[in-house]
Amino acid sequence: AKSSHWKKLLNSFLIPNLSKRKADIISTVEFNHTGELLATGDKGGRVVIFQREQESKNQVHRRGEYNVYSTFQSHEPEFDYLKSLEIEEKINKIRWLPQQNAAYFLLSTNDKTVKLWKVSERDKRPEGYNLKDEEGRLRDPATITTLRVPVLRPMDLMVEATPRRVFANAHTYHINSISVNSDYETYMSADDLRINLWNFEITNQSFNIVDIKPANMEELTEVITAAEFHPHHCNTFVYSSSKGTIRLCDMRASALCDRHTKFFEEPEDPSNRSFFSEIISSISDVKFSHSGRYIMTRDYLTVKVWDLNMENRPIETYQVHDYLRSKLCSLYENDCIFDKFECVWNGSDSVIMTGSYNNFFRMFDRNTKRDVTLEASRENSKPRAILKPRKVCVGGKRRKDEISVDSLDFSKKILHTAWHPSENIIAVAATNNLYIFQDKVN
Amino acid sequence: MLSKGLKRKREEEEEKEPLAVDAWWLDPGHASVAQAPPAVASSSLFDLSVLKLHHSLQQSEPNLRHLVLVVNTLRRIQASMAPAAALPPVPSPPAAPSVADNLLASSDAALSASMASLLEDLSHIEGLSQAPQPLADEGPPGRSIGGAAPSLGALDLLGPATGCLLDDGLEGLFEDIDTSMYDNELWAPASEGLKPGPEDGPGKEEAPELDEAELDYLMDVLVGTQALERPPGPGR
Repeated sequence: AKSSHWKKLLNSFLIPNLSKRKADIISTVEFNHTGELLATGDKGGRVVIFQREQESKNQVHRRGEYNVYSTFQSHEPEFDYLKSLEIEEKINKIRWLPQQNAAYFLLSTNDKTVKLWKVSERDKRPEGYNLKDEEGRLRDPATITTLRVPVLRPMDLMVEATPRRVFANAHTYHINSISVNSDYETYMSADDLRINLWNFEITNQSFNIVDIKPANMEELTEVITAAEFHPHHCNTFVYSSSKGTIRLCDMRASALCDRHTKFFEEPEDPSNRSFFSEIISSISDVKFSHSGRYIMTRDYLTVKVWDLNMENRPIETYQVHDYLRSKLCSLYENDCIFDKFECVWNGSDSVIMTGSYNNFFRMFDRNTKRDVTLEASRENSKPRAILKPRKVCVGGKRRKDEISVDSLDFSKKILHTAWHPSENIIAVAATNNLYIFQDKVN
Repeated sequence: MLSKGLKRKREEEEEKEPLAVDAWWLDPGHASVAQAPPAVASSSLFDLSVLKLHHSLQQSEPNLRHLVLVVNTLRRIQASMAPAAALPPVPSPPAAPSVADNLLASSDAALSASMASLLEDLSHIEGLSQAPQPLADEGPPGRSIGGAAPSLGALDLLGPATGCLLDDGLEGLFEDIDTSMYDNELWAPASEGLKPGPEDGPGKEEAPELDEAELDYLMDVLVGTQALERPPGPGR
């Protein structure tokens, strides 16, 4: 039965990072389209790619573990001399391209520059060159008397990452999203006020497709927080705002998509009004379902599922950590209220997942309406241990295994998670540690 | 000297105050709103928001989302403190060379005026060691801010350090305050007859003309980078 897999959760597989360096804080996690590869980006501008081990009959117990496949420095800190600013090397997002040949391609971006990386394997080496000596220096042609054709010989597997394109100088503000189009020829990058459309082959031009910058910056009241292309319709994309709205745009309608085709907004609940209403309604992530029929949005306290055909309210709302509603002032004070949590769909769009504080993350089953809270922590999950559901106690008597709201550690936030495209394997980034959980179904 | 017990008590009370903001700020018709002293919770939240705004603007490249959300929240708070008033634009320090665009209008007389009046009121509280003598008699309030405690002092005032000085409770803090501080006129720019507190400073006629240099100086004082000196001259 479907519900049984909640109980049989989940083998944990920790990729530990014992350093406390800020540069190691994971800032994005993304599976590729087959789930064979898992990429992480961190604050230090590095990308680490994990590859799933091939299942072999000999080693059944090592079913599908992820091991490091490639590590490279994607972005370096830069200095913008014109504006006297330092540009952070932190990787904000990674997006994979679908695989079209033996090599893998991914886009990675920091605040200002998007890069296309090619990750390829080399397992053969040409040997037999006689044009160079042992030190690699070119030999005097007069000393070469025979023509030798090099022969390819096997070598230890080497994985190389090379930057194939650099898409720079197109964003005045900080890039928060990138999204590969279903035509596989274009992609978009979104910053606080603008969205640009790129062709993968062209780095010195991009088309601006959304611009919400007011003529007078004094009138600025809203920024773009996330954007994504529709998974099947290459002309359609959505972007979310800091005011809790989502706009769906059709690029066929006009070159500049400032006028939306659809506008999704839920009316404010008057009984929940407060000074912080707008901040907590600010959408931190928007994701199309794999089917393309729904979009999911994450705001500070909830995850919402919207039907593309209904603009006036979401079809489903899930409370992530409603017990924080009475703590908003403190969370405003310590800036936690501005944390940007992401959300993800599982492969069949039946379960959604998002992070919370105290290294908790939540899963909601859309069909059974059941939800579970799990914790990504070294103390509680030895490798291959089964995760135990957690519970936050809101008031009154605290049961033995529950944790009270006041004991939550707000410095341990799970902002980035990923779900394998077809299997029940999830990746959870807890500050500088990566957890991979697999559903153990025997 | 402060006794530990008293100090802790104040702390707890004060901690509860901000958290209570959410609970009682419902629609204006709500009974508890009428009874609760909105000034207390709102002013600390107001100060906090101003601090956040200033901190955000101080970044070499402000996080635009954070900035916009703080500004919008500050506007809401302002609106609640003077519900029927027209909302003034929220100020920013003159654009630092690194700010790509001039984010907000540079001069906001009303907000400066309210900060001036608040700081002056707080500076009258006995024993506030952080507050030097106010320069209320030195000229328009735009300059007098330079002599009053930075707004951090305002937050400290409501904290444990001054607990024993407010034996009659936090309400005592505002005993002497002329309630015209909260009148509509306060918030309209270029208005006359605004009173910063029990001791009238000179009129605020000049406040609308608060220029960028003075605002710059004001912001520096608030953040504590600027030592409290003579008010800036026009040629600064």
